[in-house]
Amino acid sequence: MVETAFKLVALRAALDRPGEARATSLVPLGHGPADACLKGGLRQGALHEVYAAEASHEPAATGFALTLAARMAGKRRWLLWVRQDFAALEEGEPHGVGLAELGLDPAHVLMVHAANATDVLRATAEGLATASLGAVVVEPWGEPKLFDLVTSRRLTLAAARNNVTAILLRPGAEPWPSAAETRWLIRAARSQGGQEDWGQENWGTPVFDASLVRNRHGTTGQWVMEWNCDDRVYRPAAHPRVMAAAPADGSATARAAFGR
Amino acid sequence: MRLSAVDAQAAKLGLSPGMALADARAMIPALDVIAADEAADRKLLERIADWCERFSPLVALDAPHGLFFDVTGTTHLFGGERAMLETVRRAIANQGFSIRLALAGTGAAARALAAYADGTIVEPGCDAQSVAPLRVAGLMVDPAIVYGLHRAGLKTIGAVAARARHELASRFGGAFVTQLDRTLGREDEPISPRHPLPDCMTERRFAEPVVTDDVVADTIHALAESIAGLLEKRGEGARQLEAAFFRADGQMRRIAIAMARPTRDPAIAARLFHEKLDALANPLDPGFGFDLIRLSAITTEPLNPQATSFDSRENEKKEIDFLIDRLSARFGATRVLRFQPQDTHIPEAASVALPAQYSAPSKLTWTAMRAPAEAPRRPLRLFAKPEPIEVMAEIPDGPPLRFRWRRVLHAVSLAEGPERIAMEWWRMQDSMPTRDYFRIEDEQGRRFWLYRDGLYNRETSAPRWFMHGVFA
Repeated sequence: MVETAFKLVALRAALDRPGEARATSLVPLGHGPADACLKGGLRQGALHEVYAAEASHEPAATGFALTLAARMAGKRRWLLWVRQDFAALEEGEPHGVGLAELGLDPAHVLMVHAANATDVLRATAEGLATASLGAVVVEPWGEPKLFDLVTSRRLTLAAARNNVTAILLRPGAEPWPSAAETRWLIRAARSQGGQEDWGQENWGTPVFDASLVRNRHGTTGQWVMEWNCDDRVYRPAAHPRVMAAAPADGSATARAAFGR
Repeated sequence: MRLSAVDAQAAKLGLSPGMALADARAMIPALDVIAADEAADRKLLERIADWCERFSPLVALDAPHGLFFDVTGTTHLFGGERAMLETVRRAIANQGFSIRLALAGTGAAARALAAYADGTIVEPGCDAQSVAPLRVAGLMVDPAIVYGLHRAGLKTIGAVAARARHELASRFGGAFVTQLDRTLGREDEPISPRHPLPDCMTERRFAEPVVTDDVVADTIHALAESIAGLLEKRGEGARQLEAAFFRADGQMRRIAIAMARPTRDPAIAARLFHEKLDALANPLDPGFGFDLIRLSAITTEPLNPQATSFDSRENEKKEIDFLIDRLSARFGATRVLRFQPQDTHIPEAASVALPAQYSAPSKLTWTAMRAPAEAPRRPLRLFAKPEPIEVMAEIPDGPPLRFRWRRVLHAVSLAEGPERIAMEWWRMQDSMPTRDYFRIEDEQGRRFWLYRDGLYNRETSAPRWFMHGVFA
């Protein structure tokens, strides 16, 4: 019901501005508190930034950026993933089967291997100029000077022009002022398995400890979200176990997990 | 060592190709000698051949020093045969080469005439008459045969032609008779052009060489429009277009673009050429200007005229294909990729990324390995080269307890496995060890995919561990 209401609001707003061909709309994430904080969902045709809270949580950040893009693109539309060569060297090459396992359709993912940051930006600009694309995931490596405030402003404008969402994934970079609509800091969170009543088989679902640290149209917050690979939505994690204290030698938890 | 070529001045002094270097030095002590470089000669000849495609699209090499043009149907463009011959002569001579040329019914006749009667133009059907007074060396056969003909008293091609076929065949072999017939114009010899003749081509010549990018871009657009007209008549669209830029000073450069679907929209072609030219590692250098730009459709496919589709999916597909073309033109087809499933259980081979422009849709479909509501079984990112890790496990064939990867110690909190994956022995030359994969979650929730290489005590006594990928 809430989703429908937001859609109606967005459509009315679009009718009020007949000059714009396609009004930007909000895509709900599926996670109630986060959607409330975002006033209904993540804005389409805008720039969103995803950072890893720590370097070792980069895979979780990739997962969050990609699932976010999948959410924005919907089931049928194409996704463009522009990644710099060095990022793949450092973080691993995207794997088609892995994408399918996350609930995405790899047949609708277009990869661009860019040699440097300039090429990343060029390919992104081409992508944002293609209205049929669902979303563009942009993955430069490190902190190239190119990705400054002006660039983020340009990307925002380009994203808005054709209503294509841009998701900027920044491996090896620290957050920096930008014109992005939202900024997320991601760390991996313990999944639901491993507890006695859950059994071991079902653990390992992607769970993100997501902090919304910038939101141009609302407040910020922190939530533990679980990505549901079947329904392609985020859900509140059932038993959030954020950052369990690490045991001195780790062996105790490990043994408990194996049930020995 | 012998002389392989002499310049005009040396020829005047009595030197000739084939002479021993010692003899030549004895005659002219101050002789300048340059070592022959056949590879460089060949390269130069090929560059000249490229440039000569302005005269005819069918240019063939006649190593070591000759070129054949098939000028059938092109002479009128240059104002007739005589005018064309003079144009070619002037163009080549202007670049500092000396040239001999002739126009005849067959390649062999033209070659003989160029060598011994420079500038001859043979009327159709008169090849035998024209070559008759030439020396037998003009047949371009083995020197031993030439020597043999001389000894038999046959000094000219006409004298040889007067002999009976069977006499010549029995004395000098069948190949010689064939060569003779070709020189006499009795038997046609197809030339093998260096590039296949394009299906359609258009070109524009400039009286004044053009230099600026704007004019080049406009010209490409205009040529794309006219080639679209040609393609439309044939009911085809182009998959590959090639633009050839001929510089006034003898250089020539080809730039090709490819399209994911047949098209004849001039705007698309012009846009792709713009992308390609903009991204060239060594940019198009106009030098003193281009005096001819040619656009040819290298590969074409049937394309039926269609009404503009109202089907949004079809339009969407078109837009995506155009995006693929633009990106491929700029970054190269190997950098714009699409995933395809493969029928194998080896993890790294189960999905390949292929150039999006060329990959046909696969018959296989992506099927999830996990059961509904289950967690992903394959990682989101795989390392191209699995990274060795140090692992501590309770028992050698058990799951890991702790591991060190990239100098960081991870304590395993959850492990799932082993998923045993044996290599495909029916494909491999050397047997590769079986891998035992574990899905691991550490105490911070980071998820990894690692494997033990080799079965403990059966394939190896000290199995090594590798990090193969990371989960979201």
